[in-house]
Amino acid sequence: MLIGVLALQGAFIEHEKAFRSLGVGTIQVRLPGQLDKLDGLVIPGGESTTMGKLMNEFGLFEPIREKVLSGMPVFGTCAGMIMMAKDIAGSSQPRLGLMDISVERNASGRQVDSFEADIDIPAVGSQPFRAVFIRAPYIIDVGSGVDVLAKFGEKIVFARQGRFLAAAFHPELTDDLRVHRYFLEKCM
Amino acid sequence: MAEKGTWTVKKGLAEMLKGGVIMDVTTPEQAKIAEEAGACAVMALERVPADIRAAGGVARMADPTIIKKIMDAVTIPVMAKVRIGHFVEAQILEHLGVDYIDESEVLTPVDEQHHIDKYAFKVPFVCGARNLGEALRRIGEGAAMIRTKGEPGTGNVVEAVRHMRKVMGEIRRIANMPREELMAAAKDMGAPYELVLQVAELGRLPVVNFAAGGIATPADAALMMQLGCDGIFVGSGIFKSTNPAARAKAVVAATTHYNDPKILAEVSGDLGEAMPGLEIASIQPEQRMQDRGW
Repeated sequence: MLIGVLALQGAFIEHEKAFRSLGVGTIQVRLPGQLDKLDGLVIPGGESTTMGKLMNEFGLFEPIREKVLSGMPVFGTCAGMIMMAKDIAGSSQPRLGLMDISVERNASGRQVDSFEADIDIPAVGSQPFRAVFIRAPYIIDVGSGVDVLAKFGEKIVFARQGRFLAAAFHPELTDDLRVHRYFLEKCM
Repeated sequence: MAEKGTWTVKKGLAEMLKGGVIMDVTTPEQAKIAEEAGACAVMALERVPADIRAAGGVARMADPTIIKKIMDAVTIPVMAKVRIGHFVEAQILEHLGVDYIDESEVLTPVDEQHHIDKYAFKVPFVCGARNLGEALRRIGEGAAMIRTKGEPGTGNVVEAVRHMRKVMGEIRRIANMPREELMAAAKDMGAPYELVLQVAELGRLPVVNFAAGGIATPADAALMMQLGCDGIFVGSGIFKSTNPAARAKAVVAATTHYNDPKILAEVSGDLGEAMPGLEIASIQPEQRMQDRGW
């Protein structure tokens, strides 16, 4: 099995480390040709505007959508979650738009409001998950086919729609591999 | 319970900036050009380093009004600079809500012995370093991100190369030392022992390490990335060139595709004139910004 991590900008190395700890091979994806052999794709945290511009410039949107049509699972964290959303509040920035979710960018505020907290994710086990939120987006609405997997307070922070998974927090910044394992087990 | 300002959260934002370009801007219009070009963050300043160098005199934190206008103009993170040791300027920037503070040698230091206690703040700090000892002293004070100093405002990347090679070389040396030699190495570098142990174990700095100081072209950015840095600061190099929007976009592409000479060749063309460069030897010793900081 081979997981590609979009490596245009952001914390892609941390995702590679997480999947390798689970015994799965990874490659960094910067150009369309690197998508060919992938069994799954991760869109990491970083700046969604930067990623969107580089995806446009280097022609990644259509090849990724084609792979998705032929069944490729995709997991987006933070900026990656924004790329997964069909609707981004108040923004027309480029996106993959794979999931029926509405998201709000920087919804938790600026960096001084970034935080970590224990959240409950029943789908990955009964132990709380230490979630790191960095200038984090939230999911403000979901369509009927979307499963809400975790909330922080009233805010939706983790959701799945079939082969697609989106997290507002950064499972790649902690040593807890349960979210990455969930993607491999449930979305692949 | 939500915990703010933790080490993970401070270091985490720097992790999200990796592989990206942070650009100096002095107006909301420049900030928008930077964001449109794909900058992953901007540094809000009153003057870029080349103009600070030309103006001489005392350089201070930017006017909060300018910083707030820049914060309102873009959705990407906004950083701002304080003078070395000026913890009250840092308190002001934290109150404004800037996303990162650069305790920077580009401004005139106010304390010739002590840097800011960066653990006293929720907002994270980035600091400059010329060598591993300096980097680890800054991390010991609470810096969650390190950058090379280079020689700011020169458009000459030679000093950034020197500092990056020095830091990476010292890391390689530490990583190969038997444990009993690490205490003497810590003593020689003037670095906290616990952090030297971490470097030995990780084989890299325990925080994100960017390049800064003199980067003026896409090739400069790719060179620094190939030397092992995590991302790029461009100070005067964008808005002192003849076509800032095109150059900014090219530097962003070069930072992502730093290992791909075909793409580097494509993005390096038709950018107009780069900023005028300065020979380091032509700078009087007391004008060298990199010697500020202790």
